[in-house]
Amino acid sequence: MSEWFAKSAAQAALTDVAECRRWVLRGGDAALAAAGAAFGASLPTQAGGVARVAGTSRAALWLGPDEIWLGTSMDDGAALEAALQAGLAGHARSLVDISHRNVALELSGTHAAWLLNSLCPLELTLEAFPADTVTRTLFSKAEIVLWRTGENSFQLLLGRSFRGYVAGLLAEVSRELAAA
Amino acid sequence: MSQNPCRTAAGGRIDRSRLVNFTFDGKAYTGHVGDTLASALLANGVHLVGRSFKYHRPRGLLAAGVEEPNALVAVVRDAARRTPNLRATQVELYEGLVAESQNRWPSLQFDVGAVNDLLSPLFSAGFYYKTFMWPRKAWHQVFEPVVREAAGLGKPPTEPDPDTYAQRFAHCDVLVVGAGPAGIAAALAASAKGASVLLCDEQPEFGGSLLDEPNAQVNDQPAAEWLRASLATLRDRSNVTLLSRTTCFGYFAHNMLSLNERLTEHQATPVTGAPRERLWQVRAKEVVLATGAIERPLVFPGNDRPGVMLASAGRTFLNRYGVKVGSRVVLVAGCDAAYLAALELRAAGVKIERIADIRHAPGEAVHAAALSAGIAVSTGVTVLGTFGWLRVTGITLAHLADDGSVQDRETLDCDAVLMSGGYTPTVHLFSQSRGKLRFDEAQQVFVPGNSVERERSAGACCGTDGLRATLEESSQAGAGAAEAAGKAGSAQGYHVQVLEGSMVGTPGVLPQPGNTPPAKAFVDFQNDVTSKDLALAMREGFESVEHIKRYTTNGMATDQGKTSNMNSLGFVSAEKGVALPKAGLTTFRMPYTPITFGIFAGYDRGDLFDPVRPTPTHAWAVANGAVFEDVGLWKRSRYFPRAGEDMHAAVNRECLAVRNSVGLFDASTLGKIEVVGPDAATFLNRLYVNNFNTLAVGKCRYGILTREDGFVYDDGVIARLAEDRFHVTTTTGGAPRVLHMMEDYLQTEWADLQVWLTSTTEQWSVIAVQGPKARDVIAPLVNGLDVSNAALPHMSMVRGQLGDIPLLLMRVSFTGELGYEINVPGGYGQRAWEMVWAAGQAHGMTPYGTETMHVLRAEKGYVIVGQETDGTVTPDDAGLGWAVAKSKPDFVGKRSLARPALVAKGRKQLVGLLTADPKTVLDEGAQVAAVPEQPVPMKLIGHVTSSYHSAVLGRSIALALVADGRALMGQTVYIPMPGGAIAAQVVGPVFYDTEGAKLHV
Repeated sequence: MSEWFAKSAAQAALTDVAECRRWVLRGGDAALAAAGAAFGASLPTQAGGVARVAGTSRAALWLGPDEIWLGTSMDDGAALEAALQAGLAGHARSLVDISHRNVALELSGTHAAWLLNSLCPLELTLEAFPADTVTRTLFSKAEIVLWRTGENSFQLLLGRSFRGYVAGLLAEVSRELAAA
Repeated sequence: MSQNPCRTAAGGRIDRSRLVNFTFDGKAYTGHVGDTLASALLANGVHLVGRSFKYHRPRGLLAAGVEEPNALVAVVRDAARRTPNLRATQVELYEGLVAESQNRWPSLQFDVGAVNDLLSPLFSAGFYYKTFMWPRKAWHQVFEPVVREAAGLGKPPTEPDPDTYAQRFAHCDVLVVGAGPAGIAAALAASAKGASVLLCDEQPEFGGSLLDEPNAQVNDQPAAEWLRASLATLRDRSNVTLLSRTTCFGYFAHNMLSLNERLTEHQATPVTGAPRERLWQVRAKEVVLATGAIERPLVFPGNDRPGVMLASAGRTFLNRYGVKVGSRVVLVAGCDAAYLAALELRAAGVKIERIADIRHAPGEAVHAAALSAGIAVSTGVTVLGTFGWLRVTGITLAHLADDGSVQDRETLDCDAVLMSGGYTPTVHLFSQSRGKLRFDEAQQVFVPGNSVERERSAGACCGTDGLRATLEESSQAGAGAAEAAGKAGSAQGYHVQVLEGSMVGTPGVLPQPGNTPPAKAFVDFQNDVTSKDLALAMREGFESVEHIKRYTTNGMATDQGKTSNMNSLGFVSAEKGVALPKAGLTTFRMPYTPITFGIFAGYDRGDLFDPVRPTPTHAWAVANGAVFEDVGLWKRSRYFPRAGEDMHAAVNRECLAVRNSVGLFDASTLGKIEVVGPDAATFLNRLYVNNFNTLAVGKCRYGILTREDGFVYDDGVIARLAEDRFHVTTTTGGAPRVLHMMEDYLQTEWADLQVWLTSTTEQWSVIAVQGPKARDVIAPLVNGLDVSNAALPHMSMVRGQLGDIPLLLMRVSFTGELGYEINVPGGYGQRAWEMVWAAGQAHGMTPYGTETMHVLRAEKGYVIVGQETDGTVTPDDAGLGWAVAKSKPDFVGKRSLARPALVAKGRKQLVGLLTADPKTVLDEGAQVAAVPEQPVPMKLIGHVTSSYHSAVLGRSIALALVADGRALMGQTVYIPMPGGAIAAQVVGPVFYDTEGAKLHV
């Protein structure tokens, strides 16, 4: 990416996450349980929890007691959507396609958390925010959903019009790494 | 080997092998690596460093650290990098440093403003309040410009700041502020068992007062060795972060503290791209304040001459920088600290002329040590004055008899006077945390009392005297903080050998003959406040210290009373004849020391100042010459000028294109909310004024949302996608607040409803195709979908495909023409736009922007929420009463709409205005009057909300809110303007196609 200034990818690298399918599922406990069965794994019930289906790219992100974001690859999108529709039949719920609402940036490297903490007020130690934790938060003036995908990797889910702002700020912050 | 005349032969923490060149007021000097500007100037024998604020008196260094009130300098790197108001004691020397004194003209040695000193009887407390009262007009023309020029310290740079500033959020178990012996002991104890600890200090080197203690032993090793080993231990602990050159300047609620780290300020040539400073915002579970204490000056006549300094400064300059502050020194002792300075200076070969102790009973240990070193000591003396102009040359001492008469007057020659009035605990941060201060009778100082935050103080900042007590108390504080943070700590004991005395002095003013407050005895050096000023303020009726502070400026501004506060309180309480704590206490304000604006701006500069939200077709709009406007955070195309066109020409052309053929408009910024669930219709029915139960699947309805007070809050088209699914659109700016209002009602009022909300604003790109040829453009693009008027009438929607792109097609119009809004998933927005654009070429398609959109909707009388409404407009006022479903049992705002005031006569109603001269375009916001010629204040009956030139009508049009406007149809009203009243006829708000025929084709 042209706007990137970190010294090495090991320190920090920013990439656009490939297009994928995402839905917001909102509903009561029964609907969420039914959706979990269709999804292939129990949906997370703890604040900030993430559930994945082994061997697939499916992930469920807890963003509220009645709000789960479901995601998968483009290939798997139609199958998951069909399974969810079938599994949720008869349950009061809201399933809304948001595949184009958000874009995702992948930030990785030993300094990924350091870069985020320049403008994100959350505590991002592994103790406080371990891998596969997700939350809504702020990155400077942009609302983001922050998902720690690994010890040194994060996905930032943004409203698609905020991509330039967030990537621009990360590039600006990383200039200090290049200068160091 | 040092070339500096006032340098000791050896010692100090400077690097004597490395010379540093610098200039002060254009004159070249040398110093050493490790010097501050202050120590290097003193090493060169330069004491005169500034002029005082009000009287322009020559001033030298009073202190060696952050509390220095006089030596404010500007450091200049280039035209854009000029930092005023730096304390010379905090400016680290680097090769090529250029520093300038301030507040003098034409030069520091000869300053014209010093005439103020001779006129000082005129510049008494409250001078400004008393002088510039009359004549009133003279304030703006004469007094203010003169005062502005004379007031203030230093000059800011005139060019934009080229440096970058970093910001950082951090969390820790324990934040320790101050890295003197107390802070280091606390950090060692807090971090011993793994708690995360952040230790910061404003100085370049950790150690605080230990750096000034050449003879102390800690745990059987020299203090310097203990310090080195302790810092090595802390550095080795991965759970410890050490921040030097970092001032903790603000203490906020819930243990949020702000730190200013200076990263490149000390470097001769900072690395390109490296930030100059960093703002740390630290959330600490526990805080240990180890901020130390500041020595007080003694208040006597002439205590501000260059060469009169604090005893602690004499020690610091000697022990840390190897600088002798004078060759013949008199010490004025208000506490035992002065003796330590005398002994160390004497050991360095400085002649000690006298220790003049204002007390009758000095501390025994230090007194004995002074006598055995052969130093002359007088006790029970006072100071009557000093001599010298640009440098002190002598001091007059005396004993005062009980009746105030002078005895034993004697004058000593000297070139430096070191004074020690006792130590004041540094409680600024504690006070900022809203902690309650407690007056310690024994020490005559305020110390931290009850904490409000999760915080504790340790060491000299809570009045603890002595190195061993400080280390042990701080060690326990550190361990206790770690435990309070849910971790473990480890306190330890210390043994110490050091010559110490009492640091307790008596705040106030030294007694003078006749017990009258002396002139030129300075309490606040930075703001030029003397004891006489304080006395005058009290005579004039200012009782409270808060008032005295403001009237005299004592303890204000960047200094925040670091050296002056307690002496002021001591004097005021003595004058009033009350105990010191009864005099009251002023509040300590942040920042502790001045902070650059840069760190608050941080990364928020230029293009990154605010998020810039481009629409999906932004790149196309740029390529096609759009002029943009900011709508909230969005960048929207305002109009698309062709060569030679101004805005009016472009907008006229775009308007006519939509009316006569077809236009293309990016409406993607409209807020969108998907409302889904079995109770979705019930929910919208309760929320909006309209009826949504009756909306059929596949149909759209214009909805109006009012607040509880009945006033219009938002509007938008709502489409029913399925029995249980609605696509709600909102205004561009209203999307977040409408979603919040909906969520609020669902969670607090109607938790029983099974309905859920999802923001879909950015899921959909919206391309509006508007104009009589709109159907011709889109029909070939939608894969055979029937878009005829019969199949897809006005206010209906259908799903389909735009080529290979999923499509939600809505037949809606904000122009009054045949119109479609093409909704496609956001990522396909630009591609879909280009498909429509290509198809439109055969029909003369024209892209248009928000300005044209505004004119087109005004021609049709369509309101814009926030333009025709202002939070006091009901649906009926706006001419939208038809939309209110009066049969519904309830909706948000229904009850308020029946309030007497909202149904009374005389409410402002939306009408159209046609000016008598069709070329006259009214000003939006202009007032409306029924009668043109009236005395001021005129009776006004309304205001213009929208006003444009309409190309299709060939004349101006305006919308206005006018009292009982609908009863005034055909009548003439007047818009009073500076050039005279403009006549206009009241008409209906729909100017074009009043019967709506063009919508239904």
